[in-house]
Amino acid sequence: MRSKAAAKPYRRHIYQGDPLAAPPPPELMVILDRHRGEPDALITALEEIQAHYGYLPENSLRYTARELGFPLSRVFGVATFYNLFQFTAPGRYIIRVCKGTACHVNHSAEILSHLKERLGIDENETTADGLFTLQTVACVGACSLAPVLVVNDVTYGNMTPAKAWEALAELRGESTDGPSKEEVR
Amino acid sequence: MKPVRSMVLVSSDPESIQKGAQEVFQRLQQEVQAFGLEEEIAAAMVGDVGRHDAIPLLIVYPEAVIYGPVKPDDVRFLVEEHLLKGRIAAGLQAPARELSGRIAWLSARKGTLPAEQRIVLERAGLIDPEDIEDYIAHNGYEAVGRALSEMTPAEVIEEITRSGLRGRGGAGFPTGTKWRFVAKTQSDTKYIICNADESEPGTFKDRLILEGDPHSIIEAMTLAGYAVGAHEGYIYVRGEYGLAQERLGKAIQQARQMGFLGEDIFGSGFAFDIHIHSGAGAYICGEETALIESIEGKRGEPRSRPPFPTTYGLWGKPTVVNNVETLANVPPIIRNGAAWYRRFGTSSSPGTKVYTVLGSVNVTGLIEVPMGITLREVIAIYGKGMKRGTSFKLAQTGGSSGSIIPASLQDTPMDFDSFARAGVSLGSGALLICNDDTCVVDLATVLLNFFRGESCGKCTPCRIGTERTHQILTNLSEGIGKLSDLDDLLVLADGLNQLSNCGLGQTAAAPIRDILKHFRAEVEAHVRLKVCPTGVCSMSGRQAKAA
Ligand SMILES: Cc1cc2nc3c(=O)[nH]c(=O)nc-3n(C[C@H](O)[C@H](O)[C@H](O)COP(=O)(O)O)c2cc1C
Ligand code: FES
Repeated sequence: MRSKAAAKPYRRHIYQGDPLAAPPPPELMVILDRHRGEPDALITALEEIQAHYGYLPENSLRYTARELGFPLSRVFGVATFYNLFQFTAPGRYIIRVCKGTACHVNHSAEILSHLKERLGIDENETTADGLFTLQTVACVGACSLAPVLVVNDVTYGNMTPAKAWEALAELRGESTDGPSKEEVR
Repeated sequence: MKPVRSMVLVSSDPESIQKGAQEVFQRLQQEVQAFGLEEEIAAAMVGDVGRHDAIPLLIVYPEAVIYGPVKPDDVRFLVEEHLLKGRIAAGLQAPARELSGRIAWLSARKGTLPAEQRIVLERAGLIDPEDIEDYIAHNGYEAVGRALSEMTPAEVIEEITRSGLRGRGGAGFPTGTKWRFVAKTQSDTKYIICNADESEPGTFKDRLILEGDPHSIIEAMTLAGYAVGAHEGYIYVRGEYGLAQERLGKAIQQARQMGFLGEDIFGSGFAFDIHIHSGAGAYICGEETALIESIEGKRGEPRSRPPFPTTYGLWGKPTVVNNVETLANVPPIIRNGAAWYRRFGTSSSPGTKVYTVLGSVNVTGLIEVPMGITLREVIAIYGKGMKRGTSFKLAQTGGSSGSIIPASLQDTPMDFDSFARAGVSLGSGALLICNDDTCVVDLATVLLNFFRGESCGKCTPCRIGTERTHQILTNLSEGIGKLSDLDDLLVLADGLNQLSNCGLGQTAAAPIRDILKHFRAEVEAHVRLKVCPTGVCSMSGRQAKAA
């Protein structure tokens, strides 16, 4: 069944007395306008919104539902289904520890628990300084390098807990200029 | 192909990229220009070349000289020595080890190694994947030309049926039969979908096909479209496969420009076009009906079947869903005929199979071998044996939905039917070779943990079954399991297998049944003796109790 998507904004009758009384911010509107009337474009629209904000702010989901004419449940349903979508702002470095089979038998769990401990955060959380987000992934297709860690787009292979922490420490050194290298230790 | 004097390829698998392949490639382009050689030398990044020991590799054709590991600073010297002066820079050559993959095949032609049989990966690593002319120069688009001018759609289906090609996406369903179902169904609109969602842990064969030879998939989909009467195709590519998407995009663009896609292909009046759809990170979207839901912009939850996609697929229209590797077999079959194809592999599973060989063997990587080869041969010939001081305990096939193959089955021919008879499955093409340090309880726990996370939650047997079995396995690995747990596991495994809506739940319990069948003593040791024989499991629950 194809669900109907709204070709025109619903704004006029819906925004009255609504907490989101203001129309969507212009940059969001640009994205939504592109997908008006396309019933299969919900995932694409959400991808573009995430590309713009780095995550999916809750209000943007509400606006998407209204503007494109989907039930809010459908928008939340889709957004929460796919691992790609995030609901909080990610840190500057997204660390993904591989827990695929090949990495697991090479002890990736130890790396994860070490990083959790050193960073003081759990999976899918971001450090207070907004620098690191810790996630896991099931195989990045670099199994011959197992265990593997991916930071943003860079793959680090043959990791140990100590080497993983070193790599992050290096990034932290890079991300601020100069003195904070000491901070790391 | 442009008349170039030399072709230089730089490996660009993830490991090579990590080790600076990108910089090497940039330097290569700069230096080639600096020496004024850009007219004579073509350069390309080619994806995985099947060798991972001296990367990044730089390969110069036609001599097939392999340099590696190449550092950006070596490039100038290499260009000057080899490309300008024509002298092989021996000092920078990769060690002449026996290799797997593409290069093994190259040296095999010189009679030094048992040859792999390359059908699917025939061109990957040999041509510039971003250049349609290079593809055409290597028999590209010949099959589609032949089909459109000399064959009826029914004859194309007949040829595929006679070749005995079976789906490489996991289930081994005969491709010709699937196409015939769709061709038979009356409908004004039909679709071809290429399933490139490949998210089984340990499997990346499809990525290498897409990155190394994207046009072969376009050609195959066009053939499928002609055969069943579809005019539109989708390639559903896993979201993480950025390079593959980019290359497919370019390939589609070029194919349109050259008239291999579009309104009137080869003046035959047949129209076909292809769209790329990027996945959004959900393993279950590899399941064909979930994939269709996802293309429609919904949650990727598998549909109940029947009706099957062959009658009620994308937007309710008859749809062919085929795996990348399956499709890559199609043009060679049409080009060379079914009889040629049947020369490879076994009679019930003709052709070749691409595997990613991983784990405790000396050489890991990608191989393409005839169906029916045994695990023992793979380990000995292509893996160059087990790592020093370890012995083979089991192999896990096909990422997570595969089976656990004990050493006792290592002489079983790897083809669909022999494996089915032995009660195991070929899965998606990963071969994780484990040595005696691997604990089967731990392995099953991690597999079930994966399914638990990836279960879409739509059907209860799968949602609860994966959760419960994972919990019990965790208890075993913590040393707080009971003997009755083992019976419970089998009951749950049966429930999962028989009641689940889709293949995820149906196969999720396979590892459990495999370990209880082949490694029961080891599992029971976790319960009766409260020890993990390999020392992998933490047994922490027991210590906590004792303390
Ligand atoms: C949970 C699950 C995941 C799957 N993942 C994939 C996949 O990543 N790639 C694939 O080609 N087939 C996958 N399949 C198999 C597809 O449902 C389908 O059988 C296949 O694409 C058919 O193509 P074939 O006939 O060429 O093998 C998966 C099946 C299940 C149940
Ligand atoms: S299992 Fe970690 S990269 Fe494949």
